[in-house]
Amino acid sequence: MKVSMTINGRSVDADVEPRTLLVHFIRNDVGLTGTNVGCDTTNCGACTILMDGESVKSCTVLAVQADGASITTIEGLAEPDGPMHPMQEAFRENHALQCGYCTPGMVMAAVSLLQENPSPTEAEVREGLEGNLCRCTGYHNIVKAVLAAASAPGGPK
Amino acid sequence: MSILGNRVLRKEDPKFLTVGGSYVDDLPLEGAVHVVYARSTMAHARIGGVDKSEAEAAPGVLAVYTAADIDLAPIPNGAPFGNPAMTRPWLADGVVRYVGEPVAAVVAQTRAQAVDAAEMVIVDYDPLPAVVDPEAALRDETLLFPEAGTNLVMTFPDALAGIMLPAEAADQDEGIFDDCEVVVARRIVNQRVAPCPLEVRAGAASWTEGRLTQWATTQAPHGVRDTLAQSLGVDPTAVRVVSPDVGGGFGAKIGAYPEELFLAWISRALGRPTRWVETRSESMTNLGHGRAQVQDVRIGGTRDGRILAYRLDVIQDSGAYPAIGAFLPMFTRTMLTGVYDVPKVYFKARSVATNTTPTVAYRGAGRPEATAAIERAIDLFAAEIGMDPADVRRRNLVGKDRFPFTTPTGTVYDVGDYERALDLVLEAADYKSLRKEQARRRQSGDASQLGIGLSVYVEITNGLPGSEFGSVQVRPDGKVTVRTGTSPHGQGHVTSWAMLVSEQLGVAVDDIEVVHGDTDVVPRGVGTYGSRSLQTGGVAVNQAAGQVVEKARQLAADLLEASPDDVVLDKAGGRFHVAGTPAVGRTWSELAQAAGEGGLSAETDFTAPGPTFPFGAHVVVAEVDTETGRVRISRVVAVDDAGRILNPLLAEGQIHGGIAQGVAQALMEEVVYDEDGNPVTSNLADYEFVSAAELPAFETIHMETPTPLNELGAKGIGESGTIGSTPAVQNAVVDALAHLGVRHVPMPATPERVWRAIAESRAGGNS
Ligand code: FES
Ligand code: FES
Repeated sequence: MKVSMTINGRSVDADVEPRTLLVHFIRNDVGLTGTNVGCDTTNCGACTILMDGESVKSCTVLAVQADGASITTIEGLAEPDGPMHPMQEAFRENHALQCGYCTPGMVMAAVSLLQENPSPTEAEVREGLEGNLCRCTGYHNIVKAVLAAASAPGGPK
Repeated sequence: MSILGNRVLRKEDPKFLTVGGSYVDDLPLEGAVHVVYARSTMAHARIGGVDKSEAEAAPGVLAVYTAADIDLAPIPNGAPFGNPAMTRPWLADGVVRYVGEPVAAVVAQTRAQAVDAAEMVIVDYDPLPAVVDPEAALRDETLLFPEAGTNLVMTFPDALAGIMLPAEAADQDEGIFDDCEVVVARRIVNQRVAPCPLEVRAGAASWTEGRLTQWATTQAPHGVRDTLAQSLGVDPTAVRVVSPDVGGGFGAKIGAYPEELFLAWISRALGRPTRWVETRSESMTNLGHGRAQVQDVRIGGTRDGRILAYRLDVIQDSGAYPAIGAFLPMFTRTMLTGVYDVPKVYFKARSVATNTTPTVAYRGAGRPEATAAIERAIDLFAAEIGMDPADVRRRNLVGKDRFPFTTPTGTVYDVGDYERALDLVLEAADYKSLRKEQARRRQSGDASQLGIGLSVYVEITNGLPGSEFGSVQVRPDGKVTVRTGTSPHGQGHVTSWAMLVSEQLGVAVDDIEVVHGDTDVVPRGVGTYGSRSLQTGGVAVNQAAGQVVEKARQLAADLLEASPDDVVLDKAGGRFHVAGTPAVGRTWSELAQAAGEGGLSAETDFTAPGPTFPFGAHVVVAEVDTETGRVRISRVVAVDDAGRILNPLLAEGQIHGGIAQGVAQALMEEVVYDEDGNPVTSNLADYEFVSAAELPAFETIHMETPTPLNELGAKGIGESGTIGSTPAVQNAVVDALAHLGVRHVPMPATPERVWRAIAESRAGGNS
């Protein structure tokens, strides 16, 4: 089946099998491997992207369902040679990543969280990230980074 | 000013944050075919036959292999000193022994084709009785390996006799409790958990001109190389293992798994590169599990709180094919008495095979089990004599003037100050006020009761002796390449090792490249596990850096026509000059060029004189809803002393991650099988992987007692958080209910278990 969508500002047209998941399309067909797969039951959030501005677990969407949509993955969050997005910056400043596997999904989920709630409490951040699992950081520094991004000058974005 | 001890941000991060890491499944591999394994749906069965004809005829399929096709020797028992009759076939051979065991390998052009074809492999199973409970397995009524004649893999301390036990440390007999006024006993289950690195297992293999390149998500690439060479019957120099970015390991990715090793065999057979990635559901039943001990604990002492004797009898579940998990009671024994000075002890352990996923090392690997046992025992003892658990602990701690301290099981602790750790944590938690608040809630009969849980721990890091490789090379452009045999997968060695080199050479951290995880580039290495990296690999790099400075000084002296003793390194400028005449000098770049071919370099293999023993004390505050059994952890206060800290930012990260996993074991996570051996928790929907919502922010308190065993003063920090936190959480839950007569709540302390403990004690039973 034919699909066309915009990924990180670039338009993409392809022919996919109807059962292709969006995450596999992004990784295998488009070749953007920043978005990861950590489970097969939609629990881990490693595959989180923005679809038309909202965070979505891309393993829960078929590529054909994203036809016409505008997708942002971790690779598209900041300009390739420009400065990092404030959320990326906050993750670095606060050591909110270790192995990095959850990170792209976590950052995208965090960006979306602040879009919906620009000044969350710590509890709201924790609740808001419940669907994104991290095995390395114990979440402490992730929560800290999101709170820091929320109060950063110019943030949240 | 020294860079050591500073909160230096990670060099690794920008890539992970902007384009993501390069994990095995991210790598392009031209012409690769895809492997998917057909897996056992039975816990124990004879294989009547495997019909692979339909799968072979399916679209895109190149080959389907079963045990009958394989010409490799079986995989030896992975438990050192384990029963040699318990070998593992590459693919199930005649019998399946756990649900998920690979039975056939399906190779196809695309992954989707391989997945479809794997479902067409028809296995004719003739069910055998399954044995899931390790205590039942010990009765040998159902045997996993009839040729072994028993399910017993090994017993301790017998397995260690002659190799590690100093003669004087032989375990004493059972009369050890004769002098005790009070003796408390309890059966404690340290439940089976799943390590769950966020990246599952994956691999790829490719042969070019008789040489294999294998991509592995591993903590120990050189070990994988050697295992591959041995399995395939080729020389290690014919194998290159590349471990790109690795999405967590936690011990479960130390050894290589049959499914990944077999990729190389398939690739050789087909003459095509192969690749494989498992699903999370496959991972939950095949990536090794952790813990899985049943413990009989007995503790005795005087009414005024002096502990006189301690006994631990362990049954270790090894799963179907004994691997390193079966051997881990060795570390439980090593750390038997923890931070306490206990005159008389007895230890015994038996590892036993069951029809379950094999057990391996998981963050702590044998030591959390020791700590959980004695820390729970101390609380049971304190409750029995009616003394504050903090006081019982203080009364029995090994004093700080007694190091090096030899424990009754022959372990030599390097250095520690346990009482100070306890003082610090009690003060930071404001223990007295917490007890007051607890008393208030008890008095008012509040539905939400407060529990205060303590643990004081010591653990062993770099516990398996071995050397580690490090090299430092100054390139002609004045920048530096560091090679390390450690294999970081989140620990931040790229930053930490650069800090060590920067400190000695005066070259900026950004100009120092750290290379790891490629056996062609790093000639030797052991890897990253057992919290060994900084105290072995870090020290090696540090020593190599020192040697490079000396070589450069010599060279600069020659060029400046001065005595080497007069030549100094100006670290701020990255330049050597004669003392007193800074105007004339040589930069790193000039010296590297002058040194000719290869620049200036040095390499070392460092072997530590012994393991080190980080320690600490944790206080956990739990709010327990006595009506629903729900537990909420409101505070975790942690003092963790891992010797001198190189980068506090990274050390704290290790502690945070460790605490989360430790809390998760105490409260939530458990791998469950039904009585037929079917896994009940075989995906992330059913397994209670801890999330941000169940955890509080952690309060970490610094304490540094440098070890004399290495020049950095560093101990390991990777596992301490897990070891300290689990018993503190469990003790907090029990403490919240102590006034109701509850003495124990099994892990994980789910609402149902907590509720049941309350109900039982209200009904008059002693839980
Ligand atoms: S891959 Fe786990 S939620 Fe999508
Ligand atoms: S950083 Fe490893 S899973 Fe989050």
